[in-house]
Amino acid sequence: QDSQEKETVAPERAEEAKLKAKYPNLGQKPGGSDFLMKRLQKGQKYFDSGDYNMAKAKMKNKQLPSAGPDKNLVTGDHIPTPQDLPQRKSSLVTSKLAG
Amino acid sequence: GFGSLMQDVLWCFSQVKGTIDVGVTEADVISTVEFNHTGELLATGDKGGRVVIFQREQESKNQPHRRGEYNVYSTFQSHEPEFDYLKSLEIEEKINKIRWLPQQNAAYFLLSTNDKTVKLWKVSERDKRPEGYNLKDEDGRLRDPSMITMLRVPVLRPMDLMVEATPRRVFANAHTYHINSISVNSDYETYMSADDLRINLWNFEITNQSFNIVDIKPANMEELTEVITAAEFHPHHCNTFVYSSSKGTIRLCDMRTSALCDRHAKFFEEPEDPSNRSFFSEIISSISDVKFSHSGRFIMTRDYLTVKVWDLNMENRPIETYQVHDYLRSKLCSLYENDCIFDKFECVWNGSDSVIMTGSYNNFFRMFDRNTKRDVTLEASRENSKPRAILKPRKVCVGGKRRKDEISVDSLDFSKKILHTAWHPSENIIAVAATNNLYIFQDKVN
Repeated sequence: QDSQEKETVAPERAEEAKLKAKYPNLGQKPGGSDFLMKRLQKGQKYFDSGDYNMAKAKMKNKQLPSAGPDKNLVTGDHIPTPQDLPQRKSSLVTSKLAG
Repeated sequence: GFGSLMQDVLWCFSQVKGTIDVGVTEADVISTVEFNHTGELLATGDKGGRVVIFQREQESKNQPHRRGEYNVYSTFQSHEPEFDYLKSLEIEEKINKIRWLPQQNAAYFLLSTNDKTVKLWKVSERDKRPEGYNLKDEDGRLRDPSMITMLRVPVLRPMDLMVEATPRRVFANAHTYHINSISVNSDYETYMSADDLRINLWNFEITNQSFNIVDIKPANMEELTEVITAAEFHPHHCNTFVYSSSKGTIRLCDMRTSALCDRHAKFFEEPEDPSNRSFFSEIISSISDVKFSHSGRFIMTRDYLTVKVWDLNMENRPIETYQVHDYLRSKLCSLYENDCIFDKFECVWNGSDSVIMTGSYNNFFRMFDRNTKRDVTLEASRENSKPRAILKPRKVCVGGKRRKDEISVDSLDFSKKILHTAWHPSENIIAVAATNNLYIFQDKVN
């Protein structure tokens, strides 16, 4: 049982090392409240017209930064733009399961 | 037959619902599947807020091989997208859960919920309509009373069967956070709804009030360490319920002890060896589903890599642990990067509590026989969709030489997730949701 557990731990630790190598600034608390905060804030769509216009002016010829892989950024440099927001559904269609 | 050992049960393809699309429309993704208490009805909910109910056809002697296929019975739009302008919050119409009420009259009742609002739907049949009104004609146009010379008694005449779904109750504005579970109480008068931090108790008749029975929100949100992930009432004891957490623990509460059940009656947690701890430990220990056995003696929990069975009388460890896809342990880094590590798989018991089932990736799903300790991996795919075709067991190859019909871990398609499955309450019929398709499998008819 003991040696078996050591074998199953090794892959997890190796994976952890891989992750820390990619994202050295990853939170100290393993699986801590950053994930939970992100979960609780699901659906939050803030729009600040001042930020939006400033970002547009600053990034005239550049691409707006998209949300990066760093999971610790709950809010970030990504300013939501009208193009980013999902389109509201205009009509509601019958499910294809009922077809 | 029912309750058979793994080696005796051969699973066959029965039906598949949905279309073969190259690109899947987000709205068509199935988000919940549930049989009613008799297994006569099978309901699905999807990301587009729609509910489709299938009904099992009566078995006919003419076609003994078609063991009661499921056909569309009713479909309706349960929830619609909303925007809470006060909180800048987009509320998805996705149906998180459907739960049936036990049938008490000719109509069927179910609860469906999205992130914020629970609704009680009544599904009823109409096969007669009144004809021969005095004051209006058959088109509904009003007749001129002065032209009426005779009175007649309206009679009920048969009409083509119409199935109507009507929202009977809307239970709104009770959840600040996102609803993950609903559960009907065995008293059939109340039900509970659980979000990340709170659980509320409702009476079916009352929509403007609910009792808060669990509140784990800390005074200071900086101190938040765990959230509620699932909750369910005991199948027979109307005072007892359980809820699971993101830290891999389960709490059993007794509503008789106090109005606010913040103090648990039982606390189920498996001890962890601190030397095994990694960055991923807490994330993969988060429980995504908790289900009482039909007997009410056990609970089953699903975390990212395992399914566990717990005896209600033993809190310090599960009595059984089953590995769903342990080969993913060496892929956790990339599964974290593509967010798959946060996928919420559900788990189900068969009618006799002898076999448990849960989904995996690559459209694989797994069954574990608790008695024989045998397990099998099956696949929901269009390739195995010939009528009554027997499903061939699948196998994932972990490094080393791959046999001809095995699939290597690196070839698994992680976009094909089986998160939602359902097992008929008394027969070996299962419903498996594979993204936008619903598969129905049955055991082989001899």
